[in-house]
Amino acid sequence: MIPSAEIDLTAEQADGLSGGRGLGVRRAMRIIMALARASGARRLIPVTRAHVDGVLYHGQASLDFVDWLTSADARVAVPTTLNVAALDLLHPGLFRGDEAAAAAGRRLVDGYLQLGCLPTMTCAPYQTEDRPGPGEDVAWAESNAIVFVNSVLGARTARYGDFSDVAGAIAGCVPYAGLHRPEARLAGLIVELDPSAFSSLTDESDFGALGLVVGELAAGRVPAILGLPPDTSEDALKALGAGAASSGSVAMFHAVGITPEAPDLAAAVGSDREPAHIHVNAGMLRRALLGLATAPDGPIDAVSLGTPHYSVREFGRLRAVLGDTPGSVQVEFWVSTSRGVLAEIAALGWLEDIAAAGVTVLTDTCTYVSQILRNPGGITMTNSAKWAFYAPSNLHARVVYGSLRDCVASAKAGTVVRTGA
Amino acid sequence: MSPRLAATTLVPGRAAGPVLALSEPLSLWGGVDPASGRIVETRHPDYGRSIAGYILAMPAVRGSSSSSSVLAELLRGGVGPLGIVLGEPDEILVVGSMVARELYDVDCPVLLLGPDDYARAASYASMTIDADGSVTEA
Repeated sequence: MIPSAEIDLTAEQADGLSGGRGLGVRRAMRIIMALARASGARRLIPVTRAHVDGVLYHGQASLDFVDWLTSADARVAVPTTLNVAALDLLHPGLFRGDEAAAAAGRRLVDGYLQLGCLPTMTCAPYQTEDRPGPGEDVAWAESNAIVFVNSVLGARTARYGDFSDVAGAIAGCVPYAGLHRPEARLAGLIVELDPSAFSSLTDESDFGALGLVVGELAAGRVPAILGLPPDTSEDALKALGAGAASSGSVAMFHAVGITPEAPDLAAAVGSDREPAHIHVNAGMLRRALLGLATAPDGPIDAVSLGTPHYSVREFGRLRAVLGDTPGSVQVEFWVSTSRGVLAEIAALGWLEDIAAAGVTVLTDTCTYVSQILRNPGGITMTNSAKWAFYAPSNLHARVVYGSLRDCVASAKAGTVVRTGA
Repeated sequence: MSPRLAATTLVPGRAAGPVLALSEPLSLWGGVDPASGRIVETRHPDYGRSIAGYILAMPAVRGSSSSSSVLAELLRGGVGPLGIVLGEPDEILVVGSMVARELYDVDCPVLLLGPDDYARAASYASMTIDADGSVTEA
């Protein structure tokens, strides 16, 4: 590997790097070139869209960076969606942090809007009608979005992150490296679900736990998962991918017979390759589920759903489960989603029902990256493996994990209820 | 005298200091407090230690794409690593280090070593990273 090897640039790319397309493009190109050298790329390829995660405030460096771009009059060259912000911009009263933190969070969003990004404010930009298609090269950040766009949509992105995401959007190009290369998208590992594992996948929370197991097994390889139910929903694949990205940086998986690049195992693996073949059984899933709990079953302070952001379909299921579970909600009950999904469930009349049942819908941000919970260090129940994985560090939260039905029944009892469903 | 290990330079620079070799991959985002440099991921074997002032040796990098920001913020605040030695390439840390240099003129070289050299470097109590990308025990 010689990352310092020459990188062939088109005339337009070379012009951008030397400043002929303005200081903004030049700054973005410098980041893209550093990325190209680090990834061993020999050329840059155009992208059609970008998704930017850098809009979540991590400190003064976040603002300094966007100022560095806006002060150079940078503009995104392709349609660019924005990830979650530090606060709910539509319902700012839900933010429990101080005014300075809220102001910094807002200023950062304003900076990215000034670059020409779209105010989507979601970690699940794939839950909108206009989304990338198979074979499309994009520059996406946010680990769950990366794994979803590669695996479920068949579009191609490497693992971009803060700074490199918007650099790709401004430059309009990225290194030809990582999962942009078809050969890198082939499976390097086969993960086969035993019948016992298959039959224990009954709720999205189970798919999240499966994702954690797959992530730990993957060790840098693209896994091909054999034996998932053919009717596995996009929501389940979202949970699976988010889990695998959390535990193992998985940026792509194949669900054989389901995802677009894996009509069968041979297509996922490619010819003349014999990847390792690992079996997953119900015991491994059970251990992953139990491993997510950092608090015993007992009284809870809150329930949090929607990490990654809840879809319209998930809201439909929540509304039904709220309706057929007796009693009323006794604890804080949060669902994080995008402003786009919020508008859809409002138009369907579901928002009113859900709110009347005692659920607060949080938009533009997420309970685990913002100051939302009344008692962040208290015991929170979730059906999201990603939330359970990160909230103990982010919020010092104590976590109980369960299915959607468990979460709703527990919220209504004020204490953990295991419904067996 | 210990050998001079030839690394692949992902971000050039110089550093000298004690080595903190992580036994397991770590996500800077969610895993490290950007204000203090302390490892806050409770499941991590090095939970509670600070990465500030160390040359960080990481066998592999894991987790979130926000780690670029966290690295830049750590370096801005003077609580970042002096340098990073990796056993597997990672573009997210490369970009974080590179942006910190553009914004704050801070050096945090990022190097990639092959498996044998990585294991040797990770066993050093302290090391020097030279501008040519070589690593020596110090």
